[in-house]
Amino acid sequence: MIKLEHVSKTYEAGVQAITDVNLHIRPGEFVFIIGATGSGKSTIIKLLQKELTPTHGKIIVNGRDIAKITRKQIPKFRRNIGVVFQNFRLLPDRNVYENVAFAMRVVEAPKREIKKRVPQMLSLVGLAHKYRSLPKQLSGGEQQRVAIARALVNEPKILLADEPTGNLDNQHAWEIMRLLEEINERGTTVVVVTHNMDFVRQMNKRVITIKKGVVVSDEQVEEATDAD
Amino acid sequence: MRISTFLYNVRQGFANIWRNKMFSLASIATMTACIFLFGVFYSLGVNFGSMVRSAEENVAVTVFFDEGLSDSEIKTIGREIQSREAVERVKYVSAEEAWDYMKEDFFGGNEELAESFADDNPMKNSDNFEVYLKDVSQQDELVTYIKGIPGVRKVNQSEMAANILTDFNKLIIYIFVGIIVILLAVAAFLISNTITVGISVRREEIAIMKLIGAKDTFVRQPFIVEGVAIGLIGSIVPLLLLHMVYGGIIKYVTENFNLLSSLMVFVPVNDVFRVLVPVSLILGVGIGFVGSRITLKRHLKV
Ligand SMILES: Nc1ncnc2c1ncn2[C@@H]1O[C@H](COP(=O)(O)OP(=O)(O)OP(=O)(O)O)[C@@H](O)[C@H]1O
Ligand SMILES: [Mg+2]
Repeated sequence: MIKLEHVSKTYEAGVQAITDVNLHIRPGEFVFIIGATGSGKSTIIKLLQKELTPTHGKIIVNGRDIAKITRKQIPKFRRNIGVVFQNFRLLPDRNVYENVAFAMRVVEAPKREIKKRVPQMLSLVGLAHKYRSLPKQLSGGEQQRVAIARALVNEPKILLADEPTGNLDNQHAWEIMRLLEEINERGTTVVVVTHNMDFVRQMNKRVITIKKGVVVSDEQVEEATDAD
Repeated sequence: MRISTFLYNVRQGFANIWRNKMFSLASIATMTACIFLFGVFYSLGVNFGSMVRSAEENVAVTVFFDEGLSDSEIKTIGREIQSREAVERVKYVSAEEAWDYMKEDFFGGNEELAESFADDNPMKNSDNFEVYLKDVSQQDELVTYIKGIPGVRKVNQSEMAANILTDFNKLIIYIFVGIIVILLAVAAFLISNTITVGISVRREEIAIMKLIGAKDTFVRQPFIVEGVAIGLIGSIVPLLLLHMVYGGIIKYVTENFNLLSSLMVFVPVNDVFRVLVPVSLILGVGIGFVGSRITLKRHLKV
């Protein structure tokens, strides 16, 4: 569960990125966040991970007021949130298997668990056969699948994806979207930031539209929304 | 923390060293030079110290008595000297013995010359006490005291300039400590630089780790391992070198310079290394650990 109540964020430079945002995302939902460049989408994602602190307002993630999470508790908190980025952010010097295993090593998972979970995740994203490839030997779409496997391997309740298809061609982008949908159907709450209106039109999901830091619409769509 | 997690971070630490070869090598080399020099100075110091001590043992104050003192009076004087704090032992040398020494010293090899003195001991009044000190630096004070004892005619101080010896000792120690401290600082600086480079190379990886939910200790561990490993390698290598060199020198001197080796008694390798090994390891590992800790505090705000 994600809840934002009157949340504003002003950066040190004085830029007001978002203003009085109110959101409620229920467990198991699939939500798009759309908006023009600079409208504050990434800021929201970063606030949810407690990478940024809001200037005003209250944020609740998985039932916890994140303002009350101490510095020491942040690692445990973040283990319940998977993140996927536009530029994948894989480790270039490690193969597919190691990139996914990395997420489990980092949270100090037992070796046994790692050996069991990583192959499972790789077959879920359809890359079991390429487990020894290095990121540079993969297509963009494949790299993003690895990143998704890494984000999900610790079984987070929430998956945040900031423009996961921004660097992909149309076909690969659709494959990733289908994968995210499948992950959502398995029970994970999925929040996807995107520019691609095709998805928004065709996937029949809830769409939150941000304009200059303000939520201007929040609805279940069947048709195109004029966001940009 | 799990063993497998720790081992993973140990591997990462060594991977850091490997990825960052030039810096790591420079750090290890400096550390090696530092510990090696420390070892050289320490070995020299220990040997010098042991030689000074054996020299000190031979430094004696000679005490002569007024003519015609009875044996019991002489004994009383002996007891009085012996009771002093600074005195190691007091040895009575009879006139005959004094003459024997004399003969040996002056007529060594030409004993027949000494025969001319025949039974007329020219050192009739030379029975004396040889006073050996625990600590040469207290010699002056002791001599003043002995001169004040009734029945004492003359006190001869040993010719060995005890004070010069001690001052020289101190100077060497200061220089030695100074050089070691400078080298340690350089080693710490280089290790810190190596870690800084390591952190910047892995900046992206660290950022991802933190987003995934890595604890601070986990993020830091590979760098601590890196620093400690550099320190460890940088102290094991010089210790091995020193062991070889020290053993080699002893062997060479004993085999080739009979005279020298009878003058200088080397402290055995094992005695030197009993102290040198733990001190070097603690120094190396300590500098590595502290160097990486400080760098992490400065450059890795987790
Ligand atoms: N660290 C920062 N310091 C100052 N201003 C920032 C910072 N990060 C973002 N901003 C500003 O905050 C506003 C919102 O940025 P944000 O990254 O959230 O936009 P976005 O909707 O994700 O844009 P895009 O679609 O281009 O990714 C922008 O005006 C941006 O310039
Ligand atoms: Mg953005």
